[in-house]
Amino acid sequence: MSMLDAPDAAHIATTSDERLVHMANQIAQFFASQPSETAVAGMSKHIADFWDPRMRAKIRAHLSAGGEGLDPLARDAIAALKR
Amino acid sequence: MALIEIPDFGTPASQAETLVSLTIDGRKIQAPAGTSILRAAKMLDVSIPKLCATDSLEAFGSCRLCLVEIEGRAGAPASCTTPIAEGMVVRTQTPTLKRLRNGVMELYISDHPLDCLTCAANGDCELQDQAGAVGLREVRYGNGGETHLGEAKDESNPYFTYDPSKCIVCSRCVRACDEVQGTMALTISGRGFGSRVSPSQSEPFFSSECVSCGACVQACPTATLTEKSVIEIGQPERSVVTTCAYCGVGCSFEAQMRGEELVRMVPYKDGKANHGHSCVKGRFAWGYATHRERILKPMIRARISDPWREVSWDEAIGYAASAFKRIQAQYGRLSVGGITSSRCTNEETFLVQKLIRAGFGNNNVDTCARVCHSPTGYGLKTTFGTSAGTQDFDSVDHADVILVIGANPTDGHPVFASRMKRRLRAGARLIVIDPRRIDLVRTPHIQADHHLALRPGTNVAVLTAFAHVIVTEGLVDRAYVAERCEVDAFEDWAAFVGRPEHAPEAMQAATGVPAAELRAAARLYATGGAAAIYYGLGVTEHSQGSTTVIAIANLAMATGNVGKPGAGVNPLRGQNNVQGACDMGSFPHELCGYRHVSDAPTRRLFESAWGVPIDDEPGLRIPNMLDAAVDGQFKGIYIQGEDILQSDPNTRHVAAGLEAMECVVVQDLFLNETALYAHVFLPGSTFLEKDGTFTNAERRIQRVRKVMTPKNGYADWEITQLLSNALGYPMAYAHPSQIMDEIAALTPTFAGVSYAKLEAEGSLQWPVNDQAPAGTPTMHIDGFVRGKGLFVRTEYVATDEKVGPRYPLLLTTGRILSQYNVGAQTRRTDNALWHEEDVLEIHPSDAEDRGIKEGDWVKLASRAGATNLRARITDRVAPGVVYTTFHHPLTQANVITTDYSDWATNCPEYKVTAVQVAPSNGPSDWQKRYERLSLDSRRVAADRVDAAE
Repeated sequence: MSMLDAPDAAHIATTSDERLVHMANQIAQFFASQPSETAVAGMSKHIADFWDPRMRAKIRAHLSAGGEGLDPLARDAIAALKR
Repeated sequence: MALIEIPDFGTPASQAETLVSLTIDGRKIQAPAGTSILRAAKMLDVSIPKLCATDSLEAFGSCRLCLVEIEGRAGAPASCTTPIAEGMVVRTQTPTLKRLRNGVMELYISDHPLDCLTCAANGDCELQDQAGAVGLREVRYGNGGETHLGEAKDESNPYFTYDPSKCIVCSRCVRACDEVQGTMALTISGRGFGSRVSPSQSEPFFSSECVSCGACVQACPTATLTEKSVIEIGQPERSVVTTCAYCGVGCSFEAQMRGEELVRMVPYKDGKANHGHSCVKGRFAWGYATHRERILKPMIRARISDPWREVSWDEAIGYAASAFKRIQAQYGRLSVGGITSSRCTNEETFLVQKLIRAGFGNNNVDTCARVCHSPTGYGLKTTFGTSAGTQDFDSVDHADVILVIGANPTDGHPVFASRMKRRLRAGARLIVIDPRRIDLVRTPHIQADHHLALRPGTNVAVLTAFAHVIVTEGLVDRAYVAERCEVDAFEDWAAFVGRPEHAPEAMQAATGVPAAELRAAARLYATGGAAAIYYGLGVTEHSQGSTTVIAIANLAMATGNVGKPGAGVNPLRGQNNVQGACDMGSFPHELCGYRHVSDAPTRRLFESAWGVPIDDEPGLRIPNMLDAAVDGQFKGIYIQGEDILQSDPNTRHVAAGLEAMECVVVQDLFLNETALYAHVFLPGSTFLEKDGTFTNAERRIQRVRKVMTPKNGYADWEITQLLSNALGYPMAYAHPSQIMDEIAALTPTFAGVSYAKLEAEGSLQWPVNDQAPAGTPTMHIDGFVRGKGLFVRTEYVATDEKVGPRYPLLLTTGRILSQYNVGAQTRRTDNALWHEEDVLEIHPSDAEDRGIKEGDWVKLASRAGATNLRARITDRVAPGVVYTTFHHPLTQANVITTDYSDWATNCPEYKVTAVQVAPSNGPSDWQKRYERLSLDSRRVAADRVDAAE
């Protein structure tokens, strides 16, 4: 029952992987501005605190499959996730 | 339970500390210096006759009834305008005074209709009372002279009538509009016998500047200004004090009833949030409770294309419960969840999250705070340690500098805005940071010292530049920082904001704010005295919402403006109970009291109370629930009192998510937009039909009291309980006070809260516990909740939502006074008369470029979608910025908004959308299809007639 016109350019992430990558990169952008010694741990903790297990599993899977689109800090933080 | 009688002392209380002694009618009394004789007499229970005096307004001295005799002074001065003096001897009743008062009253009554028996104010008329009090027996002027008895009524306002034939020109209405509301819509035109109350330029009330707050109606001592509901129904017989269900100010009202019929809502004088004032919504817009569109019977349907079928409560609850159980069995424990309501009570919200955590066994619960103040929760928890504002509303009376950023209080929090305006008229300085010239920038007797009209999306740039000025110009309160904050973090932050790229000059190109103006504003904030920041969704609904809240906290700490009256960080929470919903554990990562689900001791506390294990992983936020639904992993949802299809961003995404689910249960008053996709509709109850508590933006917990039987059969908490029992998780509360007792037992910041204590105290601001048994008006006085305040760097990151040749304008959104949010309640009242449709505000130069004239239909398009609405040409918005509201579903403003959101909380970036505007012919085909779809989806199958009868 799609009563809405199709959106214009696909600037909005349409797959859930793209969404998660976008979210991760946004978080990375914040933590990249913080003192470097806390950035990776800070971002990892943020994801652990706020992302539900399936989101974390998906982003880890995305990283394992090459991590296309992920910023360097995001890669490090996701790799550091304990679960 | 009768009507509540609160004595009227005639003039406001004096704040002086020195006491003065005097004698009134032979009795001694002490009162603060500056108290009027009228008030001092009332303190002795001596009621000097009065008409123009009332204690919510400054003394005026016009009616000449309150005359007294003072030993040693000539004549008969008015007791309202005469302050007490040491050793004064006053007589309030003498033969001379009796003659004078009779003479005054004779004059009033000579020009007043004598239809008391059929007048709406019969039984509630101060003129009647005073005629009796002064012993009036005859009016010697007769009926032959000129009078105003033939003047026509003004019935233009939908809620009250102005009958000039009954007016005694006491000016109470004019003064209420000036002093209490601050709109100054009324004046007295003419002089002497020709004096008449004049809305604006003698216009009808409805088309004048009147904002229909009702302060004049409340102040009027006669029937001149009367509620239409009183005229129709009659005088009320009993009052119950309750709390408004609209915005986060949380005004206390007396619900004045006849039996179970609500006659009128009158602001409660002892209300700690509103002190006897109100706005058009809480005062008058309660008719939605009996609107014909209100659904009173449960309904179900197998497919969303089917018409609804009315069923019994048992069948509806059983249908929902079995659907949830089937879905969990088929798709897993995590495949269902719910959304709590920020409009329902604390107790109801607590039960919904308990149902989800204990009944569903997961943490997939979220609330509308997701889309408004979730960044406040994140930002203030990070910096101060607590997810709420730091002050009470009364604190504004002590502010020397007020900084309003991303808020429009005269529209969104009108009763608080009136308090703020009083303080501004008394001399406090004002800084406004907003892309739009909100009313507060220039309003009667108030002008902002600085209006920084920044480009949407650049809050962090502006606030970091503020910090740059404060640090590099040596304006930091070093002693405060050293004592109260983590010093290492401060030094790091100070070095960061001190960098040249954060200077106002460097930021000017991005923000559009002239550097000199920004520097002046920053200096004013830092050096002007007690400085308070008030902010709203123009801060939070951005991709850097949380960062902006952190920047605000940084500024307040750096200047020593936390932990004292007149200062602080004040998020203007939108909904009547959004603060409460957050407090009650509506977020997927926190149990109530803002404790993370991963914290084992907290979980054990709940597990032992609830008898089930609690998931230790964070659950899904609303946008993630929708993502997971589209992915096929999230299949069932229980939504109480929220309309995500209208209020959440990127309507297409919300629709896709809802459509992908197999069981959508909506509990609400009306068939809202979300119900288009629902399979079960459970009719909810209004705030008039339940007991409970709301928590306002001041962290003030106030009682909601039931005044009528729920028309749908159950209070909302009872429905959640039915559902929980049907799911197999037993709940057996008999009264909401038991739910509050459980909350208090499980939540340290609520430990001292109980209904008994709320009855005794009226209201309580959390934390309420052993350390603060009477509650906490001002927080962080001796130390921050987290110990030391934490400074955090705030780097400006431009939003991904960029303007370009195809979408060259920036759209931002907001609210107006008469409508509330998605308009579910207010559109179903006469408030709709003030705002029948959402319009697009566009600057004259942008309009001219496009050939758009005032009132033309325009197409508003973004990368996400397009919709059509009418244009309003105004220079309140800067060139390049357009603005609209979201109160009407057919506008579908959220078809336009994107799915960009705050990095920390996913709070949607409603305030920044790149758009193009072009002339159009009217509503789009899609809007017409949507209207058709809305009607189709609201079909309810007719009852079948039983053949036997």
